Amino acid sequence: MAKSITQEFVKGLWDEIPPFRLVLGLCPTLAVTKSVENGLGMGVAVIFVLVCSNMLVSLLRNIIPSKVRIACFIVIIATFVIVVELLMQAYTYPLFLKLGIFIPLIVVNCIVLGRAEAFAYKNGIVRSIVDGFGIGTGFTISLVALGALREVFGSGTFLEIPVFGPSFQPFTFMVEAPGAFVCLGLMLCMMNIAGNK
Amino acid sequence: MREIIKMIVVLTVLSAFSGGLLAAIRGGTKDKIEYQQLVFVKGPAIRTILEGCSNDPIVDRFKIKDGDIERSFFVGVFDGKADTVAFESFGKGFGGDIGLMVGINIDDDKIIGMGVTTHSETPGIGSKAKTDPKFSDQFKTLGLVQSFKVKPDGGKIDAISGATVTSRGVCGGITEAGSVYKRLKPQIAEKIKEFN
Repeated sequence: MAKSITQEFVKGLWDEIPPFRLVLGLCPTLAVTKSVENGLGMGVAVIFVLVCSNMLVSLLRNIIPSKVRIACFIVIIATFVIVVELLMQAYTYPLFLKLGIFIPLIVVNCIVLGRAEAFAYKNGIVRSIVDGFGIGTGFTISLVALGALREVFGSGTFLEIPVFGPSFQPFTFMVEAPGAFVCLGLMLCMMNIAGNK
Repeated sequence: MREIIKMIVVLTVLSAFSGGLLAAIRGGTKDKIEYQQLVFVKGPAIRTILEGCSNDPIVDRFKIKDGDIERSFFVGVFDGKADTVAFESFGKGFGGDIGLMVGINIDDDKIIGMGVTTHSETPGIGSKAKTDPKFSDQFKTLGLVQSFKVKPDGGKIDAISGATVTSRGVCGGITEAGSVYKRLKPQIAEKIKEFN
């Protein structure tokens, strides 16, 4: 019945990997994965918010009245999102400029609120932290994978280092919004084929 | 009734805690954020204007109160002498305010260069004010006595083709910078001594 701590972590990496299995948090997934760097930055920000908010929600789960729990979750999440925003502005300003509005929008990211509601509010603190870290890592891996695919084909670079020769014609469709949908769909499709074996 | 009170108390305590935490972090990162914004938004323009200076103009800066606003001045040291300041002013462009960084030598009151920091002009047309050195170089070595105008208005500056409004806005911004400089000159001269 109860999963081990390791299982709680691993489930975030495949069984419940956010944008593909839970199909949550699609807006930032589609918008920020123009490059590997953006995906990674966004992923790390989400890991931080998820771990902190899961921890605090789990810690306060016996104090928070269930009628106002959503309001409490939002206050907790919003606080950590602004913390991330300020820290990014202070230490990684160019990345902050690239991610722009999507950092404050982590507040309304379904993954973070979903984990607080579905997991942290019902489970112990260690388990919640592990869950947040697992789901966050899964989200980061997805963003990096999607970002890598789009960056390599869309601009011919990986982490801004050219990977093809100078004769490469960038397939710019991939770095535009419709390309994001197509990429996500193809990756979902491949994951379903792999999972059905 | 008890439940309502509990809800109110929990939400209040949570919000107060959140506010406190944010205020603390904001206070702790404020200077760092200001510095980062200077480096990445205004930094490139400052560096092109003060090219060849031996100090870091973003570190060597001072502020002067000008009426209600506080202006930042960036100091350039050339040949071991701090004799140049760069500061920002704004002109009215086609798509909103154009932010300009203007560098002025305080010994002879001449412009040593200018660059656009922020703008929302038409890409490819008005945006040339930022990217085309042929336009911005025209302001180099001009004295600050005259008001700046584009040729169609009887001035000396060649407007960017197709972007007369933008060019006019830039000239207005430089003229504005000139009047600010003249107004604050005594204070600038006083403050810049600290960097010598």
